[in-house]
Amino acid sequence: MAFDSHEKRQFKQVGTRPPRPDGVDKVTGRAQYGADVTAPGMLTARILRSPHAHARIVSIDTSEAEAMAGVKGVVTGRDFALPEDAGLADIAVNVMARDKALYDGHAVAAVAAVSPAIAKAALKAIKVQYEVLPHVTDVDAAMQPGAPVVLEGRALESVPAGMSVNVTHASEFGHGDLAAGFAKADRIVERSFKTAATHQGYIEPHACLASVTVDGKADLWCCTQGQFMVRTVCAALMGMEASQLRVTASEIGGGFGGKTTVFIEPVALVLARKTGRPVKITMTRDEVFRATGPTVSTSIDVKIGMTKDGRITAGEARLRYSGGAFPCGTVDMGAMAAFAAYDLEAVRTQGWNVLTNRPKEAAYRAPGAPQAIYAVESVVDELCQILKLDPLDVRIRNAAKKGTKSSYGPVFDDIGLLATLEAAKAHPHYKAPLKPGQARGVSCGFWFNFGGNTCVSLNVNTDGTVGVTEGNPDIGGSRASISLMAAEELGIPYDKVRTIVADTASLGYNDVTDGSRVTFSVGLATIAAARDAKVKMCARAAKIWGIDDEAVEWKDGAAWPAGPNAGQFPPMSLAEIAAVSFQTGGPIAGHHEVNADGAGVSFGVHLCDLEVDPETGKTTILRYSVFQDAGKAVHPDYVEGQMQGGAVQGIGWALNEEYIYGRDGRLQNPGFLDYRVPVASDLPMIEAVILEIPNPGHPYGVRGVGETPIVPPLAAISNGVSRAVGVRMQELPLSPPRVLKAIKAA
Amino acid sequence: MVKVLLWGSLRAHTDGQAEIEVQARTFKEVLDRLAEAHPGLRPQIERGVSMAIDGRVYREAWFTPIRPDSEVVVMPYMQGG
Amino acid sequence: MSSISVSTTVNGDPVDFVCTPDESLLDALRNRMGLTGAKEGCGTGDCGACSVLLNGRLVCSCLVLAAEAEGAEIATVEGMAGPEGLHPLQRAFIDHAALQCGVCTPGILVAAKALLEKNPDPSDEEVRYWLAGNLCRCTGYDKIVRAVQAAAAEMRSA
Repeated sequence: MAFDSHEKRQFKQVGTRPPRPDGVDKVTGRAQYGADVTAPGMLTARILRSPHAHARIVSIDTSEAEAMAGVKGVVTGRDFALPEDAGLADIAVNVMARDKALYDGHAVAAVAAVSPAIAKAALKAIKVQYEVLPHVTDVDAAMQPGAPVVLEGRALESVPAGMSVNVTHASEFGHGDLAAGFAKADRIVERSFKTAATHQGYIEPHACLASVTVDGKADLWCCTQGQFMVRTVCAALMGMEASQLRVTASEIGGGFGGKTTVFIEPVALVLARKTGRPVKITMTRDEVFRATGPTVSTSIDVKIGMTKDGRITAGEARLRYSGGAFPCGTVDMGAMAAFAAYDLEAVRTQGWNVLTNRPKEAAYRAPGAPQAIYAVESVVDELCQILKLDPLDVRIRNAAKKGTKSSYGPVFDDIGLLATLEAAKAHPHYKAPLKPGQARGVSCGFWFNFGGNTCVSLNVNTDGTVGVTEGNPDIGGSRASISLMAAEELGIPYDKVRTIVADTASLGYNDVTDGSRVTFSVGLATIAAARDAKVKMCARAAKIWGIDDEAVEWKDGAAWPAGPNAGQFPPMSLAEIAAVSFQTGGPIAGHHEVNADGAGVSFGVHLCDLEVDPETGKTTILRYSVFQDAGKAVHPDYVEGQMQGGAVQGIGWALNEEYIYGRDGRLQNPGFLDYRVPVASDLPMIEAVILEIPNPGHPYGVRGVGETPIVPPLAAISNGVSRAVGVRMQELPLSPPRVLKAIKAA
Repeated sequence: MVKVLLWGSLRAHTDGQAEIEVQARTFKEVLDRLAEAHPGLRPQIERGVSMAIDGRVYREAWFTPIRPDSEVVVMPYMQGG
Repeated sequence: MSSISVSTTVNGDPVDFVCTPDESLLDALRNRMGLTGAKEGCGTGDCGACSVLLNGRLVCSCLVLAAEAEGAEIATVEGMAGPEGLHPLQRAFIDHAALQCGVCTPGILVAAKALLEKNPDPSDEEVRYWLAGNLCRCTGYDKIVRAVQAAAAEMRSA
């Protein structure tokens, strides 16, 4: 849907900050998350996981466990269908290992029992005979010839012959003459970087409750970013028809991409079918770290040429990503995003995905982009330092804008990068003096943003209130934004609208809550559904007045006679039309079903002031500002919330968070004590500056905001630390020991 | 005819050509003509691709119209978090 | 394992339950008493999502044995709102958008209430250090600190 540019819109409700509809439930403890429900006769299941990074499963003997009192069912990989589709088959094998355990924590069996204690005891009675195989967890090591082979025969046709068997994907993007571009440069910097795998770190572990009846009807309650995705995948793994499996999304305790796939849901369903009883599975935090998430780990080379007045003449990047033990296309997005912020004559990025004995990558907020952009923005910053140029001026000078041929191919439409950079430059933060020992880091960020499949039903109740039924789990306040858009479009107060998230039997298919798509796509579909309802309400008014439908228009929450021959009638409000709807043709509802496009790319700029303790290497963030184009901020509180929360996740990634593997290939820090996410005392306030440059692809100009903010912190902090300690840092996280080592080596 | 720009790694299947001309009026027709002319592209097309048409990115939208002067860029199928 | 019978007080009400000797207070609250407001985010005392007050002291209920609740007074998020309505902290969290997914919110509210009972006028830094044991992955803590300060100001002027 195009932007409503014909009317200079004065929003009445969009842009205000009303309380969210789920607020009271969530502050009183009443909201029901994945682990908060029970069913009569329910069993509890636990999962046995591989203690080896890589091992052939020679045999699994479950007989002793099955014989234990209170144990009702045991399953292994053999109990799951293996779909033909390669992507679904990988999910199936990740859910439960078949012939090989591919990483420390890979599920190999599961037990359902009458109590958690019995289930736990039964796990110990399962005898798995492993043949331990050589393993590899480092991305560069896995690319070497002769590296341990994780899976064979998984290379796509794009992978050139002669590469390590572990390489599954290869991609290349760019345009222009690189050699000519570098020849024009006054200075060229080439650097290599590494980033650790990080976890989404949602506070709610995965949890679900499954029930399957003897006639094959199943119900599944789970915390997920997409109940329809869960239905599709589980139906395939169960050999069920979609209509027989109803999936209800619970309230979700964070996802950030990590709940866009399944882990325990098929296990609970298979156990429920096998035992004939409802089965609940709740992951422990240890299981969450070892077997879900994380991001790719990466190794990246970047080469950039610049003239002495700050024009980038050419840029090149080689990206090696590992998405763990299964093929993973995330490197494509990194290779596309790396140079997206720049208007370049010559640019080339090459990417490879490499298998390692790590858990299967799950999407994490702008998947693939933070790592690539960190490497590019680090080199741009170093060039600014060498050439004594202002880092924001250089970015303004080279910024992608409308008409720029992007580094990944298409020509950009209206984008807000320049406005964002200029807002950062004009902000008091950028002018504030720094004390000795302090430094300021700058970085741009980018994400594509998606639309996707979306259904909305909007029901007009006879008392003049409205119910909006949508299908995307609300992670960050989206029900408030959807209600605001419905209220705006219908011209009724916000508190007359209630938005709910439907189960899979109650609404058509919706893509998962990902790609910063919900406020954009569900908002767009809600506006269209409201317009559909308005047409119907105008028709009811026309009938009542005995005039043509076309002679009625909707304005300020009411139908009005319009045009010269419409006649004189007092307007009929939504409530008045709704009150007589049974008498005028029946209930009134609006619908919209769409595969939405036009999401529009998103840019942000972050400024970070910090200091580094030279004795310990510890970095303290002193001041942090986020500048981002939100298109139209529907509920500014939750737009700021995305910007602040994303920034802090990026700060954690830059400073502390990492998957640490031992020589034995086992994850050494599967808990919040050793995998350190930012806590309140680590941080200053995060200033969020929202720019509103309407997105031409949405009727209200809305642009997705959720993912971009995690991108810039990696380089903003690394650039600040590099300037503070006088050494160019090339590996994340910038944990105190690593920074201290760099200071001492300098 | 429409000019279609392919991302780099697809060029191995088009004799190194980055830009292919096809007779197509929609998203779907572009993919069908590409797969016919260059069978090596078929596995990637079947796995899924995105397409930017005049700067706007589409996923799976078969009947999106394409004008002869449209800028068409084939990109990997993209997913977010 | 033989069960243990426990008599305790939860949010002012007398409660009797039986538990196993190795059962955590969190599991007893959630599974025996149906009080699912306290959440298990880690089970190791690192995330604070299970925070409750035990005889006025802020604890991670995942690290307390259920049997230790014998004769104690327990306060959970379910007891914060009274018949007169939401607690000022609960209102402030909604008004200041201090929650997104909301799963850490019960623990943070219980912890913040304990702070304001000890220190009605904390600095931002005191709020941040007090809440350092309560992980929030969504908000970046900015709006949480503001909400606690807003509620503190309201409670001081009441």
